[in-house]
Amino acid sequence: MSGSRAGASEAIRVEGLRKSFGAHEVLKGVSLTAHEGDVVAIIGGSGSGKSTMLRCINFLETPSAGRIVIGGEEVAMRADGSVADRRQIERLRQSLGMVFQQFNLWTHRTILENLVEVPVHVLHQPRAEAEARAQRLLARVGLAEKADAYPAFLSGGQQQRAAIARALCMEPRAMLFDEPTSALDPELVGEVLAVIRDLAAEGRTMILVTHEMKFAREVASHVIYLHNGVVEEEGPPDALFGAPKSERLKQFLKSVG
Amino acid sequence: METLAGAAAAASTLELLQLSPPGWGANLLQGLWNSILIACGAFALGLGLGTLGAFGKLYGGLITRDLLAIYTTVVRAVPELVLILILYYAVTDAVNQTLIAVGYGRIQISGLAAGIAVLGVVQGAYATEVLRGAIQAVPAGQIEAARAMGMPPALLARRVTLPLMLSNALPGLANLWLIATKDTALLAVVGFGELTQQTRQAAGATKAYFTFFIAAGMLYLILSIGSGWLFAKAEHRARRGLPEVRG
Repeated sequence: MSGSRAGASEAIRVEGLRKSFGAHEVLKGVSLTAHEGDVVAIIGGSGSGKSTMLRCINFLETPSAGRIVIGGEEVAMRADGSVADRRQIERLRQSLGMVFQQFNLWTHRTILENLVEVPVHVLHQPRAEAEARAQRLLARVGLAEKADAYPAFLSGGQQQRAAIARALCMEPRAMLFDEPTSALDPELVGEVLAVIRDLAAEGRTMILVTHEMKFAREVASHVIYLHNGVVEEEGPPDALFGAPKSERLKQFLKSVG
Repeated sequence: METLAGAAAAASTLELLQLSPPGWGANLLQGLWNSILIACGAFALGLGLGTLGAFGKLYGGLITRDLLAIYTTVVRAVPELVLILILYYAVTDAVNQTLIAVGYGRIQISGLAAGIAVLGVVQGAYATEVLRGAIQAVPAGQIEAARAMGMPPALLARRVTLPLMLSNALPGLANLWLIATKDTALLAVVGFGELTQQTRQAAGATKAYFTFFIAAGMLYLILSIGSGWLFAKAEHRARRGLPEVRG
């Protein structure tokens, strides 16, 4: 599969994932493997199940069936698909930095407080240490001077960069991006993509759900095209974007320009 | 003649309100203090019950939600006065019958404890609904972000949900507090010496009804203005980080 770093150890593996909302089956048995350092992009039309697939990886949605293995540890699930061990989920979530379409920064805390919240209160790290790391991360995403500002007073692009820094501040094993630029004004997309590109370049493991095809082609090591809850086509970005095999993918690429 | 009578009346009004006997001022202040104690106790109990009730209604199982629905429906339907009489007379009586049956002596429930218990249970029912609405108004994404980062439920409630819902809840809670301060007057019916009961005694003994009830009204007004100021401060604090919205 994502054979770009075949020697690296496996970070995330999803096997035969199914998810239904009532009678409607959104995911019909999809699989994915990301090794350390892989950037897996998931593309597809609206309603294809790509966000649901990402959200199942950290159990924001509970899968109906399938296996999820994070860093070699399989997530325990009951036969009915419900969570067997809440603490295991919480621990695994701490190793997956999630970035949302709507940023979801906590509005009652400053940017710096947002970054250190989980390191200090959940991971019980010394505050001074967490704050020093948070300051470095804010400087890295170009928000050093916004540490004491509240999120509502930042632009969308700034909020999303802060949200990425917040996820990084947990020192996660992998990053999950759920359409990180879809809620942004066009002129603010570039600054967020620059940060993500920077993370890809330093070899971070990432799974990225995106509508930015050019960007996916540029940063991804492996691309998955979802259609109606199944993997319609997957492969290295140049093959997928340069020479799509399935008729649906050809149409999709044409429609998104 | 008339001015003389007027001057005498003014002098006697001041004398009646003096702190030391023959003035009744100290009794009124004692009554006010008792009223504040009951209101604080009932409001705190109500907040505790309301928080549990709101989370129970939103996230609890079927049985929890049914029980809470009965609680909020019944308590909000029956007049507070009737609830006070039920608890003070009927429940005390039932407890004593039971105690005697198993060989213990009678107990007397203090007016303070009964007042806090009854008004607290009433406040809890209203607070459940105020807080439930406020929690539902918290942007779901902010709660989801905390879950996605592995925050356990109790910590998430304390660090994220509760502080975020506070700005939505405070106007409703301020209403509840003011109602609590005034509902303390209902305890006069069981002879508890809160402000209204003390006022009635002072007025009855001196026949200066106008003086004492106006004085009591002023004390209630001062209490509500003071607490209004405190709630405004709290709301300002809870809304930190949110831009001001003006129509």
